[in-house]
Amino acid sequence: MTAAIVATEVSRTYDLDGVSVSALRGVSLTIEPTDYLAIVGTSGSGKSTLMHLLGGLDRPTGGTLLIGGRDVSGLTPGEMAKLRNETIGFVFQSFHLLARTTARDNVALPLVYRGIGRRERRQRATEMLERVGLAHRLDHRPNQMSGGEQQRVAIARALVTGPSVLLADEPTGNLDSATGQSVLALLESLNGEGVAVVLVTHDREVAARAHRQIVMKDGLIVSEASV
Amino acid sequence: MRLAEAWRVALDALRANRLRSVLTMLGVVIGVAAVVALVGIGTGTKGQIEQQVEGLGSNLLLVVPGRLEAGSAPAASTMTLDDVEAVARVVGDRDRVAATIASGETVRAGSRTAFGSMQGVLENTPSVFVRRLDRGSYLTRTDVTTGRRVAVLGAGTATTLFGDRDPIGRQITIGGVRFRVIGTFERLGQSLGVDRDSEVHVPVTAAQRLLGTDRIDGLAIRAPDRERINQLSTAVVDTLTDRHPDSDFSAVTQEQILGVLGDILGVLTGVLAAIAGISLLVGGVGVSNIMLVSVRERTKEIGLRKAVGARPRDIGVQFLLEAVLLTTIGGVLGMALGVTSALLVDALSPVPAAITWWSLALAFGVSAIVGIVFGVVPAQRAGRLDPVVALRTE
Repeated sequence: MTAAIVATEVSRTYDLDGVSVSALRGVSLTIEPTDYLAIVGTSGSGKSTLMHLLGGLDRPTGGTLLIGGRDVSGLTPGEMAKLRNETIGFVFQSFHLLARTTARDNVALPLVYRGIGRRERRQRATEMLERVGLAHRLDHRPNQMSGGEQQRVAIARALVTGPSVLLADEPTGNLDSATGQSVLALLESLNGEGVAVVLVTHDREVAARAHRQIVMKDGLIVSEASV
Repeated sequence: MRLAEAWRVALDALRANRLRSVLTMLGVVIGVAAVVALVGIGTGTKGQIEQQVEGLGSNLLLVVPGRLEAGSAPAASTMTLDDVEAVARVVGDRDRVAATIASGETVRAGSRTAFGSMQGVLENTPSVFVRRLDRGSYLTRTDVTTGRRVAVLGAGTATTLFGDRDPIGRQITIGGVRFRVIGTFERLGQSLGVDRDSEVHVPVTAAQRLLGTDRIDGLAIRAPDRERINQLSTAVVDTLTDRHPDSDFSAVTQEQILGVLGDILGVLTGVLAAIAGISLLVGGVGVSNIMLVSVRERTKEIGLRKAVGARPRDIGVQFLLEAVLLTTIGGVLGMALGVTSALLVDALSPVPAAITWWSLALAFGVSAIVGIVFGVVPAQRAGRLDPVVALRTE
């Protein structure tokens, strides 16, 4: 089985007003299609930068990064967008749903950029919302739903394109603990169905549920443990 | 992303900010309306004046004393009826040379009074200019040679003096001198701001005696064909200059009058359109400004769209379509407003207005182009946003 993402000695340096700042200093990491991985670290440890690289939102300044078998260094922004659309699903701490748009149309959004027609988009979005337990919320707008429901909509949106990796950045950060638990349970059941799940979190309890844990500090992986 | 989808997204975004969209459009609406209305008024005025000049009759050559140059004072005429004979010999046809001496006079019939433009003329005037009689007959050769006191009235003067009664054969006085009415003209209306229905035609000789002069004001020659006008013009001016070495004479053709008037009105229309165009430009700047605000406001949305697979092009097209929608909807509304204003001006004021298809097409095209030009910068900025930075924005 080919790895979903392979990072080899990946570094990322920012140029801030002429001063060079290293956010990642040589990180190697392989994500398999069945992985359930947590990336842990304090703020400034480089875990967000790593997540952006793994999700194809950003490109490394050193090392090689393969997403879905493709080296991202030679890709244009347009090709990167297509790669994200096809292989990655994002779940954010603050949900990032379009405010004036219904749950179904929010979920269908990634399919718009795949050039899929309106009818099929709506049908696939409906199926995905049923799968996350929101069949009764198809035409609700984000402000008519609870935080947990909004995060489920966001997860449905991440899944609708059939990605190989789900990247979740503090997915429980804005939720109370009971709701957070149910969102995590949903992610875990998806992982059981064959989607790699990568959690980025500073919450040790959340991280403890993953099968693999990576601890980051000062732009490096300081420890890696498998359960 | 499919283009139809992009239109829907752009339309949704405009609808979400209804008041802002309408206010932004207003700049374009006013600009386009101003262009359409002002060009319509300019075109209408030009058309009316051309029609009036052409209505004088075709292939006309007007000869007046003095130089027709900017800054030169009007000259007193030195021309007499002998000059008319000399010019007639040059032209080779007496019937093609008309002479005029004009004077504003009080015209009375019984207790009624009218102010008329007395025109002392030759019997050939109706064949040189286009004048049709309503009743009676025109002046004859004998009337002119003998200085008979007979008059042909304009339709307006006839109505003022006689109402519904038949004026033929009745007595009037012009400047205190008795004349007999022998005919009336068909109604003509205004021409170049002059009420031509208040003209009173009398034999030139009678007019000269009334005014105590042997001069005439000017000549009008109807050339046999268009090609000979310029040649005739030179020959006539040379003949008159030979006979009056101390005076200047000028000959102008209808084409020259039309050309000069056309140039003036063309420049005027151009200036009006330019001023209107500037307001359209200001409207475009407004669109650009609002689009930049919109991009900033929706940075997070742009970041999210990019994260789920929108290419820079998709985002750019979305914002460009939004700008183009703003200006084209504004353009259509502006066209409607402009056409309505022009038609209202045409109907309610003496200023004529003509809507031309090219001005509508131009206004619509320009407003679409304004949208593209002023939408490009905000659209590019949106398309190039770094998704990482955009997602982090709160």
